Amino acid sequence: MSTPAIETENLSKEYPFGFLNLKTKKSLENLTMRVETGEVFGFLGPNGAGKSTTIKLLMRLIFPTSGTARIQGKSIDDVRMHQNIGYLPEQPYFYDYLTATEVLDYFARFHNLSAGDRRERVAKMLQKVGLETAKKIQLRKYSKGMLQRVGLAQAILHDPEVVVLDEPMSGLDPLGRREVRDIILELKHAGKTVLFSTHILTDAEMLCDRVGVIVGGKLRGVGTPGEMVGIQTQGMEILFELHGELQKAPLLARAARTGERYRVQIPESELYGAIDELKAAGARILSVSQVKPNLEEFFMNLVEADRAQANAIDVSGK
Amino acid sequence: MKNVLTVATNTFREAVRDRVLYNLVFFALLMMGAAILVGQISIGIESSVIVSLGLTAISVIGIFIAIFIGVGLVSKEMDKRTLYALLAKPVQRWEFLLGKFFGLVMTLTVNTAAMAVGLFVALWTVKHSLTGSDVYILVAVYLIVLKLALLVGLALLFSCFTTPFLAILFSAGIYVAGVFAQNLRTMQAVDINPATLRMLKGVSYVLPNFENFNVMGTVAHGGVVPGALVWHATLYGVIYSAVVLAGAAAIFSRRNLK
Repeated sequence: MSTPAIETENLSKEYPFGFLNLKTKKSLENLTMRVETGEVFGFLGPNGAGKSTTIKLLMRLIFPTSGTARIQGKSIDDVRMHQNIGYLPEQPYFYDYLTATEVLDYFARFHNLSAGDRRERVAKMLQKVGLETAKKIQLRKYSKGMLQRVGLAQAILHDPEVVVLDEPMSGLDPLGRREVRDIILELKHAGKTVLFSTHILTDAEMLCDRVGVIVGGKLRGVGTPGEMVGIQTQGMEILFELHGELQKAPLLARAARTGERYRVQIPESELYGAIDELKAAGARILSVSQVKPNLEEFFMNLVEADRAQANAIDVSGK
Repeated sequence: MKNVLTVATNTFREAVRDRVLYNLVFFALLMMGAAILVGQISIGIESSVIVSLGLTAISVIGIFIAIFIGVGLVSKEMDKRTLYALLAKPVQRWEFLLGKFFGLVMTLTVNTAAMAVGLFVALWTVKHSLTGSDVYILVAVYLIVLKLALLVGLALLFSCFTTPFLAILFSAGIYVAGVFAQNLRTMQAVDINPATLRMLKGVSYVLPNFENFNVMGTVAHGGVVPGALVWHATLYGVIYSAVVLAGAAAIFSRRNLK
């Protein structure tokens, strides 16, 4: 078995709180997971689920209460290992008295790059993240989205093997999100390992080889987006147009209307009968598709189950 | 050491761009005003007044910068989270801390050197000449820089485990106590319990003795500063600063960021 890119074993983090810090709150509980080399791994969870805690532990910004973590087989305490890691913090903020070029050059200096290499890579990265025209402006004048781009540029500047991105789409407009998605796919094609946290499930479905869902500090499942939601269809959906007056077909009463378009869900066994009924009513069928549960539904079920469990504990505690 | 130098250079650049060196304008105005006034009101002791005033201003301005900027060196980076991306690079936490320390010391050195030049200009304006003993002004300035470096170390240490406000209070408190460390050591009081006296004496040896760096009175009156005193003060400053920085590094190396 090859060495995983990222591996955690019973990783836990507790935070003290209350008067004299005598009480503790578990932020992460016994996290054991593997991210294989070359895969794009999505770390999903609602706010406060433990995604950022896990990433901060991996980046040694905070220290675990118990458990271990390794990146490319090396302990995260080994600082040399960071030579091969790129990290984008959540809502990144950089020295606002520096320009984008200066801040990237500053970070590049920690990676033993020559002055020529630094110049070349900084210019390339600024072009990649679309900041070429703003490179001489101090970061204090940057928008949140532009800072996010600077963050992404500094994370991949040194061509790392493992890239860890904490909420990379946060603060970006649709164009920016698409560019980040393209960069992640580019990294994947270059054989890099990407771990990114998000609560935007469509991004995860679009980009990830596998996802891990974390809720309430506990890992609730790991698998491909397809495995996570199951492969059975939940029925068929017909999209159709109907001009003029609404016919009194029973199927039409169940349809949801948007303008002149209607959408109706039916069991797979009733598909052909429904199509005949719609044709008889004068409808123009636009599409027929399978209805599958999506990652969002799977995710919401987990979150609701977690909340129900927390409430049950709360009630029994009283 | 390359990482330390990179952080230090950036810290210096930050101070310059954040207009920390603007205090030099205030100092220049003070010295110009003093040179004009002193010539009119003090007969025969012009240079002594100028040197005394100049060195005191250099010291006070430096103390303010060392404490207020020193406390913010780490806490500002943690608050603004600029530290996150940096610590994910192959950088040890102690390297970051040392870089911040040397960056501010570099800033203070440039600032103090510029003020020393201003002091010499004011002195020349008053005396229309410089004498051999004026070289001791440079010795006094050097010792002020040493004192400021130690103060930056203390501010860094406190900012590693407490809030910026408390760190400023602690640093200022230790400075004031350190100025009187010598007095505590030699205190003879009949109405204090001998055990308390012994404890105070013990505390006086732990406190940084900032009077070790003070030759302003001697220099202002044209006195000579012995070489042994300079060596002793240098050794004391370097060792004390190293111990303080080692303590700061030990605390910061296990500190959880927000």
